[in-house]
Amino acid sequence: MTSDLVEVRAGVYHDSVSLMRISQALSSRPGVTVAVVAMATELNLGLAREVGFEIPETGPSDLLVAIRADSDAALKDGAEELDRQFAALARGGGSGGAHAESPPRTTRAAARAWDASLALVSVPGEHAFAEAMDAIDAGLSVMIFSDNIPVEQEVLLKERASERGVLVMGPDCGTAVVGGAGLGFANVLRPGRVGVVAASGTGAQQVTCLLDHAGAGVSHVLGVGGRDLSAAVGGRSTLVALAALDADPATELIVLISKPPAPEVAEVVRRAVEGLATPVVTALLGPGQDDLTSAAEKALRALGLDVPEWPSWPVPQRAAPSAELSGLYSGGTLCTEARIIAGSGAFTDFGDDEYTRGRAHPMIDPTLRLEALGRASGVALLDVVLGHAAEPDPSARLAPAVREACERGTAVVVALVGTESDPQGMRRQADALVTAGASVFTSNAAAARHAASLIGSAL
Amino acid sequence: MLDGEPRVITAGAAVLAEALDQQAVPRLGVDWRPPLPGTSAALAKVLADPARQRANEVAVGRLLSARPQLVGVRPARDVLDLPERTFFHAGPPIDWERASGPMRGALIGAALFEGLAADAEEAERLLVSGSVKLDSCHHHRTVGPMAGVVSPSMWMFEVVDGEHGGTAYCSLNEGLGKVLRYGAYGPEVVERLRWMGEVLGPVLAGALAVSGPMDLRSLIAQALQMGDELHNRNRAATSLMVREIAPAIVEASPEHAAAVLRFINGNDHFFLNAGMAAGKVSADAARDVPGSSLVVAMARNGTDFGIQVSGLGDRWFTGPAGVPDGLYLGAYGPDDANPDIGDSTITETSGLGGFAMAAAPAIVRFVGGDVSDAIAATRSMYEITLAEHPAYQIPGLGFRGTPTGIDLALIARTGQLPVVNTGIAGRVAGTGQVGAGLVSPPAEAFTSALAALADT
Repeated sequence: MTSDLVEVRAGVYHDSVSLMRISQALSSRPGVTVAVVAMATELNLGLAREVGFEIPETGPSDLLVAIRADSDAALKDGAEELDRQFAALARGGGSGGAHAESPPRTTRAAARAWDASLALVSVPGEHAFAEAMDAIDAGLSVMIFSDNIPVEQEVLLKERASERGVLVMGPDCGTAVVGGAGLGFANVLRPGRVGVVAASGTGAQQVTCLLDHAGAGVSHVLGVGGRDLSAAVGGRSTLVALAALDADPATELIVLISKPPAPEVAEVVRRAVEGLATPVVTALLGPGQDDLTSAAEKALRALGLDVPEWPSWPVPQRAAPSAELSGLYSGGTLCTEARIIAGSGAFTDFGDDEYTRGRAHPMIDPTLRLEALGRASGVALLDVVLGHAAEPDPSARLAPAVREACERGTAVVVALVGTESDPQGMRRQADALVTAGASVFTSNAAAARHAASLIGSAL
Repeated sequence: MLDGEPRVITAGAAVLAEALDQQAVPRLGVDWRPPLPGTSAALAKVLADPARQRANEVAVGRLLSARPQLVGVRPARDVLDLPERTFFHAGPPIDWERASGPMRGALIGAALFEGLAADAEEAERLLVSGSVKLDSCHHHRTVGPMAGVVSPSMWMFEVVDGEHGGTAYCSLNEGLGKVLRYGAYGPEVVERLRWMGEVLGPVLAGALAVSGPMDLRSLIAQALQMGDELHNRNRAATSLMVREIAPAIVEASPEHAAAVLRFINGNDHFFLNAGMAAGKVSADAARDVPGSSLVVAMARNGTDFGIQVSGLGDRWFTGPAGVPDGLYLGAYGPDDANPDIGDSTITETSGLGGFAMAAAPAIVRFVGGDVSDAIAATRSMYEITLAEHPAYQIPGLGFRGTPTGIDLALIARTGQLPVVNTGIAGRVAGTGQVGAGLVSPPAEAFTSALAALADT
């Protein structure tokens, strides 16, 4: 047997949506089969009559309640729910207009919502173009940490950036310092007069850390990406970066570090350099050319500063006459430099794509490198790069592995790239590694020469 | 470039964002997520098209600058390419075989109204036989709410774009409940259509001839500030329309004025159809810009949800229409609901409806709760739109322009689908409206269009 409740509340008004919600809430109560809570318009009256309710005389400014339940108890429960619903309606639902904005979903939306000065893009390479283009279109310079970006996309981004008068750092740009902010893997460097333009991340880190050891600070460090001076890209970012540093009052000397550029690009860059008011020290890396340490030394001489003894902590080491040299690197440029200087040995760049697919960069996650060190015999040469975003305490895991290697008779040589102000503390890391038995050098070139001397290699 | 304190937007690795936080560098993080599955290659190609940005600026510029004016009310047979025994319908093209209940009901009703059949059974046989030709409203500068069926004897709002010169049409709104557009075809439905053709249409035509064109752009702008979002709430716009045209109705047709004004006044959605024609004429202005990824039509026929894109001509890209999530009239419930239907998504396409939800706190419970949800819905649409409308503004958001101009590429990148407000039709032919609520479009309509754009 069913029970009906039909009620007309004269002069009570609620909007139809609120009322539909109440009808819905009532209908979902156990035992309630039909619930119509609505303004008594012709339409709603018709609907109520259709399902068999007896409706008294009423009009559109009245509120109609019609509930049917399969027992008196269920009907009573429905009526109580109705009262609760109306009470809630009277209190006013919700939190009003002060709704916190949800975070932007694209760089484009972020740039519209906030007055930014630059963007740092590190999404997977196949998706980085969209975010970087958003930044450029919004008039922002952008650092693209992501790698695996097709060269055609790089050219498009840099063409658009030139039109907009902004700088694209990268792609595959590991480090930058802009206005004191370290982006990507960035060392804590003293502020100063040197502006750096560099194709590579760890190369720039080595040079600026050595300058820091010598008391010379940097104004900005601008990465341009490893392909910028290729014929395809045409040095677009290098030219923008040079012009920006030239216009920067804090920059008194520009250091340009790169692999030898494509010949036609070299000419363009040479002419641009000649047109600058700020002196430029150019260091070209490669066999028979500059190494990173000599680049830093050239800069110091141009600044009129003395070149110091680069800090190092060699320990007595020797290797068996037929020992092999293994280079276990996290920085690509450091790895190439060490391979050229050592002249022989098996070098692995653990920062290369084939080792980073599906895992973090070795400067963040050292697992693979530590495993390789565990297998190394003869002489092991490795880099440890400090700074923001790098492992918070690299020696915590590395020192025990070094000790184990030394106990096996393996000589371990470390190139330690960092400053005393870095979060990890250069001295503390050096002490831990030296105590474990490694020779530690702040110059990668010096470390490579030391390692080569241990296996009796030329140089 | 190097001046001033760095303020950094970060998109990607958390460790790099945290490094900035440790340096106390002011930072805004992007809540980046991978794009919709299967869109990476097409996105890369579309985004790399150097012409795309300019094309989108042109297209959305036209959408924003359109000045829709209601200039007349005329019989469909006089203004549309609509021969006898041809009906237009909402959404992408569909045949009787695949048509849903309310679409079939409305087609039956139109056949009865046109006198092509004596009863529903005969009308159905006629429609099954294919001797009545069907075509999509959108192919004929026309839009129709819900089933959107247009037959030669129906009277149409005629809206002209004062900026670009286009023209668009939409039928006159019948009111709520058992009406043709919701698939009802009973005697009262056909009777009402007849009265609309004999009295309502001619009276409105006469009134507009007296009053001159009605500026719909400014009327919509005012209605937004009075709590309408112009899709599920048209109360303010209808009131403004009545206020503007009432004197002319009385002057032009004193003998019918009371009946006509009472009819309009009894239907809070009377303005919807004029607003839809305004949306259609504005969106049509943005059509056919090569390379543009701007969506110029979203429409449903009760079976398929389809879109058209500025750079892709008249091609439709479709997916299955979803069942709206909403609130139900009387004793109806979700089991009574038909999948999404109607051309009224032209409102969302032109920056209104669900996109302007924050302007309409009175109906926010449709979005499942409170005012903050409505604000969140509108805010999320800024993520997928190219511009903010200069005239259509939302007081509660500091008079920010409504999010306008849906971009395929932004939908693929964010996975954020357009928020669509809608009425809900009963699934059985002849039922009528059963509720109203929100519906989510099928992602494949957008991803297949993006793939096609990448291939152009």
